[in-house]
Amino acid sequence: MSLPYTKKVLEHFKHPHNVGKIEDADAQATEGSPACGDMVKIYLKVDADSKVIDDIKFESYGCASNIATGSIITDLALGKTIEDAKKLNWKEAANALGGLPAVKVHCAVLAVDALRTAITNYEHKHGLVLEKKPTTEAVVIKRLSRVINPLAGLDVVKTKLVQEVKIESGNITVWVEMPTHHQFSSNIKEEIIERLEPLWDVEHVEVIFRGD
Amino acid sequence: MKNDHIYLDNAATTRTDPDVVQAMLPYFTETYAVASSQFSHTPGIMSKEGLDHSRQIIADKLNVSPTQIVFTSGGTESNNLAIKGTFAAFKGQKNHIICSKVEHNSVLHTCQYLERNGAQVTYLDVDKEGFIDPVQLENAIVDNTFLVSIQHGNQEVGTLQDIELISKICNDKGVAFHTDAALTFTKLPLDLGEIKVDLMTLSAHKIHGPKGVGALYIRKDTPIEKLVHGGYSEFDKRPGTENVSGIVGFGKAVEIASEEHVQHLNKLQKRLLDGFEKNINGFRINGSLDMSKRIPGNLNVSFDYIEGESVVLHMDMKGVAIITGSACFSRSLEPSYVMMGMGFTHERAHGSIRFTMSRFNTEDEMDEVVNSIKEIVENLRRISPLKN
Repeated sequence: MSLPYTKKVLEHFKHPHNVGKIEDADAQATEGSPACGDMVKIYLKVDADSKVIDDIKFESYGCASNIATGSIITDLALGKTIEDAKKLNWKEAANALGGLPAVKVHCAVLAVDALRTAITNYEHKHGLVLEKKPTTEAVVIKRLSRVINPLAGLDVVKTKLVQEVKIESGNITVWVEMPTHHQFSSNIKEEIIERLEPLWDVEHVEVIFRGD
Repeated sequence: MKNDHIYLDNAATTRTDPDVVQAMLPYFTETYAVASSQFSHTPGIMSKEGLDHSRQIIADKLNVSPTQIVFTSGGTESNNLAIKGTFAAFKGQKNHIICSKVEHNSVLHTCQYLERNGAQVTYLDVDKEGFIDPVQLENAIVDNTFLVSIQHGNQEVGTLQDIELISKICNDKGVAFHTDAALTFTKLPLDLGEIKVDLMTLSAHKIHGPKGVGALYIRKDTPIEKLVHGGYSEFDKRPGTENVSGIVGFGKAVEIASEEHVQHLNKLQKRLLDGFEKNINGFRINGSLDMSKRIPGNLNVSFDYIEGESVVLHMDMKGVAIITGSACFSRSLEPSYVMMGMGFTHERAHGSIRFTMSRFNTEDEMDEVVNSIKEIVENLRRISPLKN
């Protein structure tokens, strides 16, 4: 009888690689939330010419598999072009760790999602989006459905915290049905901006609380 | 396999006291006959004496008659018998039960089961420290109410309910009162001559007795029906061959338990809390802030910005056994319902860590735990995106 994790998972858990923050990151992304019990944030530095990821760091709030997957996915992505890094999937991450318990697979998915979102954010910011589709309300809502409402542990769209958005020549306004001084308001505001600002045609994001 | 961990999961179960094991041993290989009446053979009478001796020790501890102690297989069965047994006895004439939202699952799941079978259940709220509101309880009692089941001490956060007050409320309203005292029996005075309780759940393995043994105190004339059929033992309340060795172990454990042990638990709890306060920033106590209203030897805290399963795993690798209310740790992948019931955020529930001590723990161990926790919390905060 032993712990449900492989030796490799425990190694990465005990001594995670590529941990921390990149202050002047070219792109970053957060997936998950403290409400879910798992959260990963990924920072990227990308070489402007070769599009190779030449620095990558992660921060994690979560369980052992969350930390271990953050560690392995950043190992795997480092030195790859963003095109190749985008193709990484959770199975490769899990395999590189020698497997993950079935109930912990969602942690691996989270880290892969964070990497992909960070790359997408980079592409949007650097004009690399192939099909320049204009940001519509549907796109905004889709992105916001990844922002978690810490009160309910579900996303802000499903829990009706966000019911109205407006898009006008690069400016997005998001109304949040929550008091301005709520303990989670600043956290939610930051996450909404992080989700929408990287979109290629978005200039500014305004978050207005109207639950007072 | 040797267990050399610092074991701080004593609310789950405790180390069986070696003296308890010694007391039990003859009942496997020598005094092994079925406990029978005095008109039986000598081996049977010897078993019966062992059984009755334990029953007397436990009855004395509660200041009740031994004929009111029914041995069961443990706390879960006792809670089931108390709730389903009274429900059955009322035969639908009364069908309303009141319990709290933070009861042990053996109470909650039993109530939910009865709800699917014709019972009505009111689940009382608890406040931020885990206390029920006696006024809410009083208002919830209706003509149809036959049972109030409120635990004495909470399994996770250690909060103690005022069972004296609750018993008065129930008594005034003429409703039976059941309390799960598995975690408080022998640690806190429970004089049932003073406090009128109708049903009380007890468990052996929470107090250094063996697993698989418990008891239900059933006050005289409390309407209750047996759940298991096939004989007349335990005053026709719980058939089946008595677990004599286990029951003897239970009695021995109660006999050994002392006031010094409780003082030792209080000392350990204080040592751990003082250590956290001196060495760690950003942690919050879960459960009663008044230490005198917690189960002795229970401390439950949340460390800001970090998740519980990581803490528990790091601590395990350092040789300390603790648990967390985090979803990642649970089989259901849901955060602790006790923490959620107290109105905390998911984040605080995911970060909650429970330390429960026993008399076998030492103050040096508490210092070691503080040092380990300090190091782990600092390391996990360093990689947490939530700090600053």
